[in-house]
Amino acid sequence: MRKADVLRFARDAATAYPLRTSLSVLAMAIGVAAVVVLTALGDGARRYVVDQFSALGSNLVIVLPGRSATGGFSPANALTTTPHDLTIDDAFALTRLPLVRRVAPLTVGNSEINANGRLREVVVAGTTSTYTDIRNFKMAAGSFLPEGDWNRGAPVVVIGSKIKEEIFGGNPAVGELVRLGDRRLRVVGVLKSTGQGLGMNTDELVFVPAGVAQSLFNTHTLFRILIEARGRDEIEAVKREVTTALKARHGGEEDVTVITQDAVLATFDKLLRALTAAVAGIAAISLAVAGILVMNVMLVAVTQRTAEIGLLKALGARGATIRDAFMAEAAMLSLVGAFTGYGLGLFGAFVLRQMYPVFPAYPPDWAVIAALLTSLSTGLVFGIMPARRAARLDPVQALMKH
Amino acid sequence: MAVIELAGIARVFHLGDSVVHALDRLDVSIEPGEYVAIMGPSGSGKSTLLNLLGLLDRPDAGSYRLEGRDVTTLSPDEQAAVRSRRIGFVFQSFHLVPRLTAAENIALPMMLAGIPAAERAQRVTQALKDFGLDQRAGHRPDQLSGGQRQRVAIARATIMQPAVLLADEPTGNLDRATGDDVINLLEALNQRGMTLIVVTHDAKIGARAKRQLMMEDGLLKSDSGRG
Ligand SMILES: Nc1ncnc2c1ncn2[C@@H]1O[C@H](COP(=O)(O)OP(=O)(O)OP(=O)(O)O)[C@@H](O)[C@H]1O
Ligand SMILES: [Mg+2]
Repeated sequence: MRKADVLRFARDAATAYPLRTSLSVLAMAIGVAAVVVLTALGDGARRYVVDQFSALGSNLVIVLPGRSATGGFSPANALTTTPHDLTIDDAFALTRLPLVRRVAPLTVGNSEINANGRLREVVVAGTTSTYTDIRNFKMAAGSFLPEGDWNRGAPVVVIGSKIKEEIFGGNPAVGELVRLGDRRLRVVGVLKSTGQGLGMNTDELVFVPAGVAQSLFNTHTLFRILIEARGRDEIEAVKREVTTALKARHGGEEDVTVITQDAVLATFDKLLRALTAAVAGIAAISLAVAGILVMNVMLVAVTQRTAEIGLLKALGARGATIRDAFMAEAAMLSLVGAFTGYGLGLFGAFVLRQMYPVFPAYPPDWAVIAALLTSLSTGLVFGIMPARRAARLDPVQALMKH
Repeated sequence: MAVIELAGIARVFHLGDSVVHALDRLDVSIEPGEYVAIMGPSGSGKSTLLNLLGLLDRPDAGSYRLEGRDVTTLSPDEQAAVRSRRIGFVFQSFHLVPRLTAAENIALPMMLAGIPAAERAQRVTQALKDFGLDQRAGHRPDQLSGGQRQRVAIARATIMQPAVLLADEPTGNLDRATGDDVINLLEALNQRGMTLIVVTHDAKIGARAKRQLMMEDGLLKSDSGRG
């Protein structure tokens, strides 16, 4: 029998029982669609987090005040209960480290902004001119904070796009005076809108020089120090340098936590990859179930078409021909199911992306390939048994079933 | 040379403890172009014999030569090839594939034999005309009468131009008149040289054959061909 004829015969046999065929196709389709959509979700989450982290800056090393709980026990920890403040001077000292490219201190607090007859609560970030280089801010107007003495700082402010909208509307803001708490500050720049992101959304922030922020909030301690290493390979060395430098400045006490963005990112990446794989694995169970259903459908087909199989043998069909015809039928069910499911899955991912535009819900290639291969091979593996059963039928017995 | 030569053929079925000798030391020889009726009471082994002749079943003993070639020792695939090219079957219950049209049913043996579609179409068209089925080419079996169904089945059995046409109760599911039409059709094929072997209960139909084999309990009781 010619290959084209085997396929046509199998197709006609499958379409002769539309309900049974469409149900097993549907089962296979659901399995593949589940893998595609769920891995799109998982991988979308991973990409989202990775993108957000990358937007925070590259080659980033971050210093937090206080020792993290993971530091373990050390005699120094046991003796002192109050850690040293993380100060602007600490941050400035770090700029002298050889492998450090840039340093930006960060103080955060709440205040009220008052201008143009409008008043609203804002989160104030106190930092230095270097911060914009680390975070790659884009300006809508004016410029970021000017360079200058880190401890003093000029009476200026850079405002987020939403703050600018609410207070100045369509009028230009640069050059205007605003009241922030009890300070009068001149607006020198407006940030471009960035939209929702991980961590801080700059649209509703105002930036002032670190010195201004510290006197505004009457504090000496920093919320963070952000450090950009000279290169990707220097991140670990910078982490060590920073730790040593701050320990020396804090009287030999290791009372800060230094984290690298890479490590955090790698952890998230690994976690979310594992999650995606696990979800794909769970969804793949439905593929196995679909495979069993295909087998069941094919066994029913063999039973139902026993007389036909006997006839085919009487007409000169070899066992292998009959086996191939039934395998082709099982493969078609799986193939059509797999591609229908792939289409459904892509559509599902598309709908997800429409609903959550920031969320890059694309199924990873490996998941798509794995899902298609799994569905095809389960269809074939589970198709073998019924097909062999058909091929082995005794023609005389088979012809008597009518 | 005989088209069929059976020597010492035996077929035994084991049903639990009991042993059924469905065919017992059968010696039969049939010449090309003969018209043979196999008759006998129910359970006498007629169908078993026909299945053996059609290579659907293997004997437990004896030898079967088809067109001079020992076919009992052939592999299953070789037997399938012989069935495909040299043997045609007609069944009591027609055995048409319900989802295929008359034309597709007739083409089935050619499709299984790997004959190209163009040649198939041409031969099917001819067969439909020969068997008076041109108006029924696109009909499915459930849209055909019993007589038409059996004519489709006969067209299918002969489309590969076999040496032997085997028919097991071909009129069993048909009324008298339609049955006679079918027998006439088979006899016409026989007149054109095809060896025809018909199993029948019907003495009238049996009497029309040139030669009668009478079976009883797996034994050949009488053979009109041998006097
Ligand atoms: N597969 C089988 N297993 C066991 N016994 C069988 C089998 N096939 C046939 N027989 C037995 O062999 C004997 C001959 O059967 P066969 O079908 O050849 O009879 P038959 O002459 O065709 O009868 P009928 O006229 O009723 O069709 C019967 O006794 C039957 O019971
Ligand atoms: Mg019988």
